[in-house]
Amino acid sequence: MSTQGLIDPAAIADVELSHEEVQRYSRHLIMPEVGMSGQKKLKAASVLLIGAGGLGSPLAMYLAAAGIGRIGLVDYDVVDYSNLQRQVIHGTKDVGKPKLHSAKARINDINPHVQVDTYEVALTSDNALEIFEPYDVVIDGTDNFPTRYLTNDACVLLGKPNVYGSIFRFEGQLSVFYAEEGPCYRCLFPEPPPPGLVPSCAEGGVLGILPGTIGAMQATEAIKLILGIGDSMIGRLVLYDALNMEFTEVKLRKNPNCPICSETPTLTSLIDYEQFCGMPAHDHSLYVTAESEEAVRQIEPSALKSRLDAGEKIMILDVREPVEWEISNLQHLGAVLIPKGQVLERMGELDTASEIVVQCRSGARSADVIRELQQHGFKKLLNLDGGINRWAGEVDPTIPVY
Amino acid sequence: MTTIRIPTPLRPYAGGESTVAVSGGTVGAAVDDLTQKHPDLRQHLFDGDKLRSFVNIYLNQEDVRYLNGADTEVAENDTLMIIPSIAGGLN
Repeated sequence: MSTQGLIDPAAIADVELSHEEVQRYSRHLIMPEVGMSGQKKLKAASVLLIGAGGLGSPLAMYLAAAGIGRIGLVDYDVVDYSNLQRQVIHGTKDVGKPKLHSAKARINDINPHVQVDTYEVALTSDNALEIFEPYDVVIDGTDNFPTRYLTNDACVLLGKPNVYGSIFRFEGQLSVFYAEEGPCYRCLFPEPPPPGLVPSCAEGGVLGILPGTIGAMQATEAIKLILGIGDSMIGRLVLYDALNMEFTEVKLRKNPNCPICSETPTLTSLIDYEQFCGMPAHDHSLYVTAESEEAVRQIEPSALKSRLDAGEKIMILDVREPVEWEISNLQHLGAVLIPKGQVLERMGELDTASEIVVQCRSGARSADVIRELQQHGFKKLLNLDGGINRWAGEVDPTIPVY
Repeated sequence: MTTIRIPTPLRPYAGGESTVAVSGGTVGAAVDDLTQKHPDLRQHLFDGDKLRSFVNIYLNQEDVRYLNGADTEVAENDTLMIIPSIAGGLN
């Protein structure tokens, strides 16, 4: 399926290419599938990238180099050292600065003919339609379910194609959701998984090159949509397994009962996606899950240190994975490693009499474990607030943060 | 034997395997055999007796929802795939 006429013909007619641009794009111009008319389409086109991170990095750089006229970037985050393993649009000098600053500077350096519009906000139901409206193509490079459903629904309501990519560890997914011509994200996944059932990249890790592969494929699909050439990924989903270097394709069908893109939709406006998914969309969110309202008692790193220094008998239970233990651990304080997935079957190793401080990387998994253990009758449980990373930052700088 | 491809997020519950050989003449029987072999998978695939709505099962590139669902016949050398939703991308 190819999409014709995505770009307004009047906008294409207004576009001129300077001699410098002709030279810049010469390898495109000599291909009949692109040519002068195609390159003008690219220059007349506008693409919105949700996220300037792992997927957004290759997307922004390749789309800029290819000569997309206007690129919009939505991101509110700042660059962190742990981003640099895969977010190649940012450099070491950018750590601590807003991602949009370094992304915009890099795009301008690659191609000064590109207009870069930045939106330093969290995407929400209140601003999504307004931000999406002026763009021809939206590209989803987010890291959480609420924003994925929000992006899908806003694209369906506005009739825009959504170039979808998603990554986890060594595996990636790619498709184009375009309700005008095929299925949408909700046709494939009507509902999100329950919170906690599917780990995030921050928890499960991701091969640094994987977003490069998937992001470059998303950029390819965006270019094909704009040029109206080739077989697009509308109605198809590619699964990429980097470990086995395998690509598998499956067919996607429009769900006749889809709540948003069927002929009789039950959703006609944006909803509260954090409530729908039962999880916050971003760390600036005020969303509180029903679970987190349950009592999980927290202990600050400094408070734990004082109590240990005072000689109190406290067991430290580390629920991370063994590879994380190799990076940093509190073994010298008697910490015991039982990964989250094994805690319930190894409950017998825990001392119900003593107080147990449960600890992970930043405090989320350990809180999950505390809720599970509470259901099995454990009472003297405390969550190390901010995990071992906060401990490293506030109590023991000899421990690395990851 | 029919092969079931296990996606990365579910591999920890399938002994780390990326594919599992199962028996059974239908999609339902094959998935039952899979969850017998790897009981930890069951809660990730089923809500009670019902397949969870965010889990898609494909037989040779077709969504079984658009074939005969759990009753779809499966031949010896067919491949079943479980496609879960994953959200990663930004961070």
